[in-house]
Amino acid sequence: MALTAETPRIVADPMVPRVGRIRKRVRELSDVWTLTVEMDEPFAFAPGQFNMLTAFGVGEAAISISGDPARPGEGLIHTIRDVGPVSHALSHLEPGDYIGVRGPYGAGWPVEVAEHCDVVILAGGLGLAPLRPLIYEVLSGRKKYGKVALLFGARTPTDLLFRPELEQWRRRLDVDIHVTVDTSTEDWYGNVGVVTTLVPRAAFDPQHTIAYVCGPEIMMRFGAAALRDKGVPDEAMYLSMERNMKCGIGLCGHCQIGTVFVCRDGPVFRNDKLRPLMSVKEL
Amino acid sequence: MEGLERIVKEHPFFAGMKDEYTNLIAGCAKNVRFEAGQFVFHEGEPADQFYLLRSGRVALQISAPERVLTIQTVGESEIVGASWLVPPYRWGMDAKALELTRAISMDAACLRGKCEDDHSLGYELMKRFMPILIQRLQASRLQILDVYGAHS
Repeated sequence: MALTAETPRIVADPMVPRVGRIRKRVRELSDVWTLTVEMDEPFAFAPGQFNMLTAFGVGEAAISISGDPARPGEGLIHTIRDVGPVSHALSHLEPGDYIGVRGPYGAGWPVEVAEHCDVVILAGGLGLAPLRPLIYEVLSGRKKYGKVALLFGARTPTDLLFRPELEQWRRRLDVDIHVTVDTSTEDWYGNVGVVTTLVPRAAFDPQHTIAYVCGPEIMMRFGAAALRDKGVPDEAMYLSMERNMKCGIGLCGHCQIGTVFVCRDGPVFRNDKLRPLMSVKEL
Repeated sequence: MEGLERIVKEHPFFAGMKDEYTNLIAGCAKNVRFEAGQFVFHEGEPADQFYLLRSGRVALQISAPERVLTIQTVGESEIVGASWLVPPYRWGMDAKALELTRAISMDAACLRGKCEDDHSLGYELMKRFMPILIQRLQASRLQILDVYGAHS
């Protein structure tokens, strides 16, 4: 049948990727790369959302967006750790190469709930990447918030992600930035200790604070516990979960935890909803 | 002495403690300072003091062949040293000032003696030490888990 103007078309099948081209590839750490993708059309997203990225001929993976939502002209930015075949292929795409993009998907960081409150951003390792769009948004609207603290932990000093930006943010006088590493040799003069040890050191009013937490799941559990110990209620904490996502739209069930789909209902969850699920070891 | 009593009383570690006890404790206290790079104590030496940091930062370190590993850094308002609490009263690691550090040094034998004389004082001190020790134990467990490793 010939395609006519009247023929119904599937304009945006959520399972069909749009095609973008790599504009820039930057090595952040020994195994972490940031890709800037050029899309034909504007690509709006909210902080904390993710895309399904396709390395053609290899496969597809869920990758958080790590760029600034207010600066779409910079391109679509993702930070990828080279840990498996798909992420390896994605992180080794060169400028000019094609990449498939489905998204943006998921519920992101609810920035608006933090207005007039203190803000604590607790990041571990690569967890700083999905939090970076939130940090951009909070800093661009700095007057809307009370105290802002960024607490960031990594494995060693050489694993500190976005180090130039951390130094840039630290130069601001309106953000309380604490960085620590789990272990170090003598040539590091910064803090050593797990990221949870930073929570008691940060200045914020626990009863009027919104906390955003992202990192490995164990780190988030302990991080949330440290925040709770300081008096931040679960209802004021938001955590971003990572699960093996496939469809990205809540159909396949690969990322299901209990009754929720991480791709559709998350990846960002309020902790009073998430905590009961995280405590079930079978999930 | 009045100045030391006030400093001891105002240190967060002793928050909420009765004046009677902080006055007793201040009798074991003295002001100390460490220059950047100076060791506060060395592994294996007698643990005859503990320190309440007033300013600066201290690294707790373990020396291994050809390298020194920093396990934890502690800063203002925190404490350094718990080995004075339990026999054989010897430091389990090195402590080195990372920057100019001011602290209150507590004479361990003096303090243990006062705790023996008044177990309520000992209990008050233990109530302050135990949460810190538990937190540091939890932190060490988290470090061992290597949560940022490739398999996390």
